[in-house]
Amino acid sequence: MGKLRTIGRRAFLIGSAAVVGGVAFGVYAARTPHDNPLIADLGAGEAAFNPWVKIDAETVTLIVPHADIGQGVAHMQAILIAEELDIEPGQYATDFGKPDAAYYNTAFAEEGAPFMSRDESGTAETMRTIVGYATKLLGMQGTGGSTSVADSFTKLRTAGAVARETLKLAASMESGVPVDQLKTANGAVELPDGTQMAYTQLAAKAATIDPVTDVVLRQASEWRLIGKDMLRQDIVDKSTGLQNYGIDLEMDGMVHASVRSNPRQGGAINGYDATAAKAMRGVKAVLSVTNGFAVVADNTWRAFQAVNAIEADWGKAPYPAEQAEHWKVLSESFTDELLDDEWRHDGDVPAGLEGGEVVSAEYRAPYVAHAPLEPLNAIVVVTNTQADIWTGHQMPRFVEDYIAKMTGLDVANVHLHNQYSGGSFGHRLEFEQIRYATEIAMQMKDTPVKLTFTREEDFAHDFPRQIAMGRGAAVISGDTIETLDLSICSASPLASQGPRAGLPVPPGPDMQIVSGAWNMPYKIDNLRVRGFRAPELAPVSSWRSVGASHAGFFGESFVDEAILAAGLDPMEARIAMCDYDVARKCLEAVAEMSNWGSPLGENRGRGVAFVSSFGTPVAEVVEVTMTEDGIKIDKVFVAADVGQVVDPINFDNHVKGGVIWGLGHAMNSEITYADGMAEQSNYHDAEGMRLYQTPEITVMGLENQTKIRGIGEPPVPPAAPALANAIFAATGQRLREMPFNKFIDFV
Amino acid sequence: MKLTVNGTEHTLDVEPEMPLLWVLRDELKITGPKYGCGIAQCGACTVHVDGSAVRSCSITVGDVDGDVTTIEGLGTPDSLHAVQAAWVAHQVAQCGYCQSGQIMQAASFLDLNSEPTDEDIDNAMSANLCRCGTYPRIREAVKTAAKTLNEA
Ligand code: FES
Ligand code: FES
Repeated sequence: MGKLRTIGRRAFLIGSAAVVGGVAFGVYAARTPHDNPLIADLGAGEAAFNPWVKIDAETVTLIVPHADIGQGVAHMQAILIAEELDIEPGQYATDFGKPDAAYYNTAFAEEGAPFMSRDESGTAETMRTIVGYATKLLGMQGTGGSTSVADSFTKLRTAGAVARETLKLAASMESGVPVDQLKTANGAVELPDGTQMAYTQLAAKAATIDPVTDVVLRQASEWRLIGKDMLRQDIVDKSTGLQNYGIDLEMDGMVHASVRSNPRQGGAINGYDATAAKAMRGVKAVLSVTNGFAVVADNTWRAFQAVNAIEADWGKAPYPAEQAEHWKVLSESFTDELLDDEWRHDGDVPAGLEGGEVVSAEYRAPYVAHAPLEPLNAIVVVTNTQADIWTGHQMPRFVEDYIAKMTGLDVANVHLHNQYSGGSFGHRLEFEQIRYATEIAMQMKDTPVKLTFTREEDFAHDFPRQIAMGRGAAVISGDTIETLDLSICSASPLASQGPRAGLPVPPGPDMQIVSGAWNMPYKIDNLRVRGFRAPELAPVSSWRSVGASHAGFFGESFVDEAILAAGLDPMEARIAMCDYDVARKCLEAVAEMSNWGSPLGENRGRGVAFVSSFGTPVAEVVEVTMTEDGIKIDKVFVAADVGQVVDPINFDNHVKGGVIWGLGHAMNSEITYADGMAEQSNYHDAEGMRLYQTPEITVMGLENQTKIRGIGEPPVPPAAPALANAIFAATGQRLREMPFNKFIDFV
Repeated sequence: MKLTVNGTEHTLDVEPEMPLLWVLRDELKITGPKYGCGIAQCGACTVHVDGSAVRSCSITVGDVDGDVTTIEGLGTPDSLHAVQAAWVAHQVAQCGYCQSGQIMQAASFLDLNSEPTDEDIDNAMSANLCRCGTYPRIREAVKTAAKTLNEA
């Protein structure tokens, strides 16, 4: 497909940042490991065998650098180390560690290269290796793209094995017993006579020797933890109110701040009157910040009250003021000039479209807010020599760079203390809370400033999921889909997001515009998927599953329409057209789980959809009933293939959460702009799913693919099309635009 | 002004119109109750006043006319309340940010209705938002907790 010509946007982002950052790009540099960041801080008698394992006389600490935004990766990372280290949950502490290049994400390369994830050809793998070098040189530590397990799986088990073997060597030196007669379990080395030498006892000795790096990882059959049911490490704290999030932290001398910036995102502030606010109880200062103002007070609620008491004159939005204009721009962007890339062209689509009657349809996906339940917040303290920030973020080193740039401090003197987050869904890839907390802290040096967004400010300044439009055209011959043409248009989320992260706007096509659609696993004689790049509209950002959240909906809705036009069964036809074994097994699994084809009764219907995103194929069947009060979603069946399920209970919880996320927003959530401002201000305007609407969800994890993949995002994209397809089956009404509650009621 | 929280009486110097949530969080440093929406839409701030669930973001401290219990006062890791034990057994939490409120809502509801039907559970728990979508596990945990409480 000649994809080397068009290096994918994500790859380019990474590559161009390497150049901007002045990193020498060469195989030598790429192969040299980063320094171990734990070494500099080690005290006497403390050992750090690699960037992930630190032991002193009291504690074994496992460093878990991927940000825990509710997906359970702190536990997952620790388990992978513990598996090889022979230590049990409860016997170690975990720590997010200091942001460092050594924690670069090896799996960003998988999605950064512009190939289908199932493409394991030499070209694809070579490109991934090159992108991998770039992420390493850049020290791209980051959590996103459902990469945490893929990044960690081999790396962290190796870290555990290295630590174990080094501790054994230390034990051997202390005891005189040869290494091959030593065993390890429960955080201790055991001598043949049964004597236990705790790892903590061995730390001082181990600190004096070079780590043993020649290790062999255990076979799956020997695993005690991986793939087994276990209690996630944060569950008890999260069930007793003891889990601290960024918003809960308290520092000596801390002040409480809140901010309001132009609700027309990116628009200026022409002036404001803070007279009344300044006289309010507890208010310490009203400060100007970029495009807005901040109130500093002695209590969060007092800061909120004072912010609300300030009248401002807001400038115009740098994008069309009314929602209808956004749609108009999109509908006019399916042009040759705005063709971003022809991602796939099997056979001859133009000829195929000449060859018969054309079935066509147009689809829309709206802007949607992330709105994790913990509103954006950060604590920042800036002194003349350093800056410290406490917040939860998915790109820790970018945060430090960002603040270094703002303050003029050397990045070595800027420290992020990463925190557990109350959700993210992509929201914590952005920098709004960091920018504003730092702007306030720079005006109040040496004082810890805790900035908390009101929910309304969080909604107003959510950079939502991109709006998108899709157009499908198909030609059916007899009972065969002979030609299928899908054109998808959106602004590029990454082009909007990159500059806010301090990265250049990258040239080249954006795979996210077509992600989840161009890689549909179907053999159709003439099949084309093209991405069209709308001019930038409202600022947008990665939203759980990114492009696949719109493109998956368009692709799987239109495939369903084409299958029905051919008079075929949606499940059987998908299975028959499927040319990718791993995908077909997912479809077959949900067909069996849902008893596809069995009669459902009146006013009921089933829909199926299959989308592969971030390398994880997922098939879903949704069952609905049309009741007098509207559509009720009864059941959902999911089969997903991640290669290896690490933490089965969390996997199940996560798949269900992803399905609920996908269904809930498809039902009732959007952001629309009027007068340049988001019309939705709080959860009553964009609810997502509530408990009473939640279907019974049955999950199956398959392990047929060879690579290890993530599960954070992939269950989302099939949910919306499976729901639309089920509603059509139950009612005959075809829903081509989200949210569906604009057209049909839900119970 | 006096306020009793988790069995401890506090003397406060705050304006009576301050929502209970912010008195708890910022004045008393009791951070189990969370701020999610501020307008009674999410339930993250749910606490008990004399045993009944209230949205602490939407009741002013001046209007509180009973003893307040927060998640910290419901049970601790060493001595879990039956609802918390069920939440642990089912591993309900993802990010966990909503769960203090979910648990406080469930505890108060089960106190009033010890043998809830599925529909009762739907009705009682649907005003508590979970953006992570842990609802299937919340349902199961409420049922388990009801069983434990009935056996006790
Ligand atoms: S914060 Fe009180 S209901 Fe949302
Ligand atoms: S667990 Fe994250 S909001 Fe409920």
